[in-house]
Parts: sequence; structure tokens; C-alpha cells
Amino acid sequence: MKILVCISKTPDTTAKIAFTNNNTKFAGDGVQWIINPYDEWYALVRALELKEKDPSTALHLVTVGAADTEPIIRKALAIGGDEAIRVNADSSDPYFIAVQIAAVARAGGYDLIFTGKETIDYNGSAIGGMVAELLDLPYISLATKFDLNGTTATVVREIEGGEETDEAGLPLVVSCQKGVAEQRIPNMKGIMSARTKPLKVVEPVATESLTAIVSFELPPAKAGVKLVPADDPAELIRLLHEEARLF
Amino acid sequence: MPVFIFIDHSEGHVKKASLEAISYGAAVAAQLGTSAEGILLGTLSGDPSQLGKYGITKIHQAAQESLNNLDAQVYARIIADTVSAAGDSVVVFSNNLSGKAVAPRVAVRLKAALVTGAIALPDTKSGFVVKKNVFSGKAFANVSLQTPMKVIALNPNAFAIKEGEGTASVIPLSANAPAPKVKVVSATAASGHVPLTEAEIVVSGGRGLKGPENWGMIEQLAKVLGAATACSRPVADAHWRPHNEHVGQTGIAIAPNLYIAVGISGAIQHLAGVNRSKVIVVINKDPEAPFFKAADYGIVGDAFEVVPKMTDAVKKLKGIS
Repeated sequence: MKILVCISKTPDTTAKIAFTNNNTKFAGDGVQWIINPYDEWYALVRALELKEKDPSTALHLVTVGAADTEPIIRKALAIGGDEAIRVNADSSDPYFIAVQIAAVARAGGYDLIFTGKETIDYNGSAIGGMVAELLDLPYISLATKFDLNGTTATVVREIEGGEETDEAGLPLVVSCQKGVAEQRIPNMKGIMSARTKPLKVVEPVATESLTAIVSFELPPAKAGVKLVPADDPAELIRLLHEEARLF
Repeated sequence: MPVFIFIDHSEGHVKKASLEAISYGAAVAAQLGTSAEGILLGTLSGDPSQLGKYGITKIHQAAQESLNNLDAQVYARIIADTVSAAGDSVVVFSNNLSGKAVAPRVAVRLKAALVTGAIALPDTKSGFVVKKNVFSGKAFANVSLQTPMKVIALNPNAFAIKEGEGTASVIPLSANAPAPKVKVVSATAASGHVPLTEAEIVVSGGRGLKGPENWGMIEQLAKVLGAATACSRPVADAHWRPHNEHVGQTGIAIAPNLYIAVGISGAIQHLAGVNRSKVIVVINKDPEAPFFKAADYGIVGDAFEVVPKMTDAVKKLKGIS
């Protein structure tokens, strides 16, 4: 069994969101960077659990990013995984990134490819589906539960207003969200061993970017809260009805 | 080169988010001086031609019953084949759970630029630029789509449904559907409730409610407002409420017209899932609760006294006894 987990570097959830260079670039200075939570808590940990159940499993991590993503991929290796591959390119275009991951996946011949449900920076939710299409594989999105029995995966995924249980053979691409696994904190042994795990750097395969971010904007500041006295909730309902016209 | 819209349906009905996508696609078509056409896989309980009132002139329908179950791989193939037969086009999806499964695959098949989470019509003054949500609702990005083929996935509740006159002509699609590789074993839908992602009003409870036995008042307020119910992460983690009600960074991200948060302090992770709500109301006894900074309206007070009074006021307003 060979599993590939896609890892992305994102600003911490609580990071201040601001932009520089005439609003074309995220102001990353002084920002704490983390492993995208969906990649870490759900995709990586579930893959690790599968490896613990079947120790012959090879668990590889892949990221598409410049050299400054290496601390993040080392942190992911401290949680688990045998080795990591960094594709040396920086892009915000989902197609470009998916082509790179698909190239790594094709070369490695993986049975399972896990992604997080989306990254918390670009919120694209597109990489898993794109990688699957590039490899002509089935893709189960937004999984809340993943089990493997031999070479058959049973996956529960979120659908509008409910859930669906699916079965699929391998190879398979799955995007993971809450429910698939529980967050793990790396221990000292993991942190020490991560330093010596192989981290291969490969150059990107030739492909074009199909989109570009022209500029960023911040939402207009809220006007401030309008407080209604606690003894007059009817006034709040009146405001919502007459002023905000919400119902 | 028409604008194509993927018509997403469930149990015979077109989803609300998909009606928004149809209205959006019709507006894009008007902007580009072209026609808007729907792609419908499977069958509806009503007459599909009625969808013409949302601005589409044609519907390409592959009416096999077997297509009523969404299989992303199969759907992507049929949609991409239909679109590429027409030449360079714009393809619109809702960025709902179905859209997230299908749109990226279609974009790859068409080698089309993809933008997901769109919230506004494209700016076509120079090029083709679409505004989308980024950083979990804390910012927007203007994304330039640089290929002749384009795929847009529109965020739910970001574009108003526009209803007019008209019927669409239904053109049968002879879909060469491959066998699905994913087998659907079972599906459950939380029936009788408004799905969270489609709800226009959401009433949500947090730890301030002290226990699951106190959710009656949340449900009552939701009921009179025709709202869905939701909860914060600690509430779901404590199993006071089911996980599918958890909104926030790790749960579901929603963007209703009105979000009423009761007894939720407003941690940044919670805000990340709800900050796209158009109006936020916060009920909390702690005046220092950070949620008040993100709120439009608020009451500093005891939820156990305030919420039932809100329910009574809504009943009075709507004439419900």
C-alpha cells in the first residue's frame, strides 16, 4: 500500500490578513505559518492510522511550494510519514498545482491520495478533484469517515443536508474533513526523527497557469454593533424586520 | 459560445443554490451578449422547460434515471463533452457540495481556468476577472481567468435568484455515460429540516446554553423564522448537537442572510465559518464577548429570557398563535 498526502502551507487561523505591493501580495512578514489544518488533522492523521494498522504501508507527503515551505513539511513529517517530496514552485493557480501533484502521484504509483477539504487561504477546494481527473481516478470529496478493507474503501461523505456512504476500489483520491480523524500533536521522538527523514526536492513539470490573482481586497469594516436593551427583544425583531428587512 | 449552467438537483427538485447559479449564468450571458443554456443530468419531478423563467433558453438533458445519483467522474465527462461541442464557453456551477465534486474535474477536462467561491459577476472591461472569497471570508481576491474556456463555481447565497418569463427548449443529450467507479451504498438526508448550507436564516447555539436540554428555545425561534439550526464546535464536540450542525472553521462554512448566535463567544475559528453572513445578531450575557465586534445587532442579556421573547415577537409579527 502506498499513500500520498497533499500538504499545504497556510497562515495561522488567527493571523492578521493584510496585503502589500498595491494589494497584490499577502503580507506574510511576521505571520505564523502552519500546515493547512484540513491536511494535517484529517488527511495526514488518517493516513497515519492506516499505516499503523498495516506497517508495510509507504506514506509519502507532497507539497508544492518554495524553499520556505520546508519547516512546514518537516513539521508534517514529525507527525508522521516516511518521506516528503517538495515540488519547487510557488503558485496560486489550482490547475498548475494539481498538474504537479499528479506528476508526483503518477511517478510514485500511489493507491490512495488524500487532500484536505480545502486550504484556509485560497479556499479553493479544487485540488483533489483536479488531481483525480488528471489521473482518471475516482474522487470522493468531503469525506467524514474513511475505512479500508483490503482494496475496497468505504467512505462516508457529506452531501447537502445529509450524508452518503460510498464504496470504491483503489486507486482513489479523497478529500478529508472533520470526522475522518482527530488532531495529533507531534511528540519528541517524531520531531527528532523528522529531521533525518528524506525530503526530496523536484523541479516542476512544464505546464501553464490558467488563472492569476490580480488583486486582493478586504471587506468593508462593519459599522459597529447596534445594541438593543435586554428587556426589549421585540425591538430587535422589529429592527430585523423593518430596518434590515430580513423576514 | 453560450454560457452553460450545471443544474444540480436532488429528489426531483432543483436546489436553491443551483437556481442562484442559473440566474448568475443568465446574467453572465447577458453581459457577454450570448445565450445561457442548462445542462441537466437525470430527471426532475416537474417540467424542466419551466426553468426558462430563470433566464436559460435551452436545456441539454440526459434523462437517464441512473444519472439521478451524482457521480463526479461520470458527470464531468458528460458536461465537458457537451460544452466542448459548443466551442469556447463559460461553465457555471454552484460552489455547493456537488459543485465542489464536479467543477474541478470539468475544468481539467476542458483545460479551463477555474475560479471557485465566486461572489460577483465577472469584470470583463479588460480580460475576465471574477471576485472570490479567500482567507475564510476575511478577504476577497480578484482572479483573472486566462483561457478561452472558463469555469466558475458561485458561492451559495452570493447572487439573488432572478425570476422572469420564458420557457426553455429541452434538447435530449445522448450521453455516453461510463459506468461509475464509486458505488453509493446508502444516503441519508436530514429530512424535515432546512439544510444549513441553503438556509437564509440560521439560529445557532453555543456553550452559553449550558446543556442539550435547553435547545428547545433555539428550535422554536428557528421554527417561527423558517430557519435552520446550528451550533458551535464545543457544543458538537460535547455531543449536545449532531456534528452536521457545527458551523465554523472546521465545520460547515455558511453565508445566510441572517445569522443569530446565542451564547457563542465568537472565537476566530467560529467567525471563519459565519463571517460571510449578511447580518449577524449576537445574544450573549458577556458584553466583552468578541462576537459583538463582528455583529450588526446585539443584545447583552440572558439568552434564557431573551430568546423566548424574540420567538414571541416573531409570532406576533407573523400572526402565528
